[in-house]
Amino acid sequence: MMDVGRHPRIKLMAYSEIEHVSGFIGNFHVKVRKKARYVDESECTACNDCVKDCPVIVPDEYQQGLSSRKAIYIQLPQAVPSAYLIDMENCLGNNPIACGKCLDACEKKCIDFDMQDEIVNLEIGTIIVSTGMDVYDPTEMDEFGYRSFENVITSMEFERLICASGPTEGHFVRPTDHKLPKKIAFIQCVGSRSEKLGRNYCSNICCMNTIKDTLLLADHYPEVESKVFYIDIRAFGKGFEDLYMRSKESGVNYIRGIPGDVWEDPETKSLNLSVEDTTNGKVRIHEADMVVLSVGVEPRKDMKPLQQLLTLSSNADGFLLESHPKLKPVDSPTRGIFYAGCVESPKDVKDSVTQASAAASRASIILNAGKVTIEAITAVMDPDKCNFCGVCSRVCPYHAIEPADKKSGTYPNIIQAACAGCGTCAAECTMDAISMRHFTDAQMISQIDSILERNPMEKVVAFACNWCSYAGGDLAGTCRVQYPTNIQLIRTMCSGRVDEKFVIHAFKKGAPIVLVSGCHFSDCHYISAVQWTQRRVEKLWNRLERLGIRPERLQLEWISAAEGQRFGRVMRAIEEMRQKVTEEEVKETIEILKKEEEKERAKKVKREAALQPAAAV
Amino acid sequence: MEEEKLRIGVFVCDCGLNIAGTVDTEAVAKYSETLDDVVAVVRNKYTCADPGQNEIKKAIKEHQLNRVVVASCTPKIHEPTFRQCIAEAGLNPYLYEMANIREQCSWVHQDEKEKATEKAMDLVRNAVARARMLEPQMEAEVPVTRTALVIGGGVAGIQSALDLADAGHQVYLVEKEPSIGGIMAALDKTYPTMDCSI
Repeated sequence: MMDVGRHPRIKLMAYSEIEHVSGFIGNFHVKVRKKARYVDESECTACNDCVKDCPVIVPDEYQQGLSSRKAIYIQLPQAVPSAYLIDMENCLGNNPIACGKCLDACEKKCIDFDMQDEIVNLEIGTIIVSTGMDVYDPTEMDEFGYRSFENVITSMEFERLICASGPTEGHFVRPTDHKLPKKIAFIQCVGSRSEKLGRNYCSNICCMNTIKDTLLLADHYPEVESKVFYIDIRAFGKGFEDLYMRSKESGVNYIRGIPGDVWEDPETKSLNLSVEDTTNGKVRIHEADMVVLSVGVEPRKDMKPLQQLLTLSSNADGFLLESHPKLKPVDSPTRGIFYAGCVESPKDVKDSVTQASAAASRASIILNAGKVTIEAITAVMDPDKCNFCGVCSRVCPYHAIEPADKKSGTYPNIIQAACAGCGTCAAECTMDAISMRHFTDAQMISQIDSILERNPMEKVVAFACNWCSYAGGDLAGTCRVQYPTNIQLIRTMCSGRVDEKFVIHAFKKGAPIVLVSGCHFSDCHYISAVQWTQRRVEKLWNRLERLGIRPERLQLEWISAAEGQRFGRVMRAIEEMRQKVTEEEVKETIEILKKEEEKERAKKVKREAALQPAAAV
Repeated sequence: MEEEKLRIGVFVCDCGLNIAGTVDTEAVAKYSETLDDVVAVVRNKYTCADPGQNEIKKAIKEHQLNRVVVASCTPKIHEPTFRQCIAEAGLNPYLYEMANIREQCSWVHQDEKEKATEKAMDLVRNAVARARMLEPQMEAEVPVTRTALVIGGGVAGIQSALDLADAGHQVYLVEKEPSIGGIMAALDKTYPTMDCSI
């Protein structure tokens, strides 16, 4: 921590938040709000004089609320930067009648009640997201009585109680009587591996953390009897099994089974736990003076705004999705942004440090290169076809299209470096004025034609987005998930690229079923492009219905890169639908669409004819 | 380039038995020869390995290929490999297309060998159809601001910031709380070393 504070090339901005991020790899523009501390960070010597005179007492968050702090405070003794700050929510304010005592106490005059938040603009090449995780709050789990029974604590509270810099200066005591508990029960997997709580994942750190805790107790207080109630002990890392064995050898009793109920003896404030030992099926009541809930970790609850600013997606558990689980585990799907630590998945210190070094190394590659190439899949504009409708700039998830202005004759301007190539603008442009490099209309149509060239009745034309559905299809392959051979994929970068005319063209060419598939809304790799896919498909369903074509023949599915099994299921279901489409139905569809096309053409001719004399005038 | 006559090369990969165990790659190669504009077809055991790539480079020179289709695995794995390969042979890397006959064919239709072979033919034909329409593209190059931002000053953020700074880069470390340290600063000892967390 100290090294960060004194490193000449690190500018530490503590008590600061990211307000806005724009730009792209190599060229991010970041706005940071440096919140007012009301104490001059560079002048404060952490002498503690101000604290003595502050009359406000509030729970100390750092000590997990087990002790108190003042309204002017330092977060922890070893804080970096080593400077105090005023918690304005609780401060009585700089009113001589009310308070202002700290001002008088501070000899160096570091306190400034008029300090304002400061906005700092940064030009950044690459970003590492290391925002960490939250610790699970077990209040909702009634069976364990956390917050009802004082001697039921969490593993985080345990840390503070056994720590020399903690509220009890390392004397491990029960909250109720401040005496050393003789019997301690640890309950594992609290808030982890529970379908009931919707938290299926293993939090990764809690088994080893409890093993560590039992060893600390055995070391400091050999007379204390520890029991650990668990589902499995996952001691998979280097040196972990050793620690587990040491813990067992020190006399810790490991019992396979999670208590169904915990209740308090109102007199002694000790706890009773009823547990089925799953190794022999016997239910027993265990007594303990103190219960430690080994709580899991969870994604940060305040992560959403930053996630949106950086266009990052999360997986089903809420941790951020990496670019590739095996080959690019540190890269985010947004180029130039990397992950370090628990933001990506629960990790212990060693794994966090490992990933942090990996992220730094990945970021260094870009910084050292000094330049990056942008894949040539961006949108390009043909001004001759543009009618200034403005839809392209409205739908662009990256705000990469500067809007058109008919009055001044300014055409929409596509900022190449900001365009990510989702193709939503091209699909939404009714004038075909925008084309996607490497995913042109002609290229897409040629694929549709080719799929339907031989035995069209047996084919399913399926559009799949590069990041999720197509990757889900690949995962189905890797997992050898079997499905019918009739499905043929057309890869687009995003489902937002799938133009209405592609779908209609496929039906015109005799497709019995068309599938559009993309990322789940929360996973969209192009921020919000997938919502345009949904709208467009809904519009198409209406159009098909109006024309007397069964809308069910156009299917829309969200399949993530992690859903190989689901990919197989969807494909089997779609193939069943295909078998129900008859040749007559397809023929009829082709006739209907031909008629519609003729009508549209006639309308267009009429419209143009009507415009002609006006233009002449 | 627009007026140039299309000369497409198709390279069908066995991927050992990954593809050839299910799909009759010889039949797929034969079928590829019948497709319009295809002037060279080569079957390989492992197209992505050096000998396979050399075959592609050789064929580009020998047959003056101006489009290349590789029927093998997913583009997510080897599109960059083959783009680079054809670029080394002097072709624009965007004149390359892939038919995914492994992840989306041989591996998912293992019990239907004939149908899988049929589908592999379709997939090659689809790729060739797209290849006809491909155009050379130039990748834009943009400069990089040589400054890193680390968001979050827990143990991970601290490590990343120090590594980057030690490597000579300017780093901004933004932390929401008044002090860096994160969750780790609230721990007493840490496993497996059982030493102090701060």
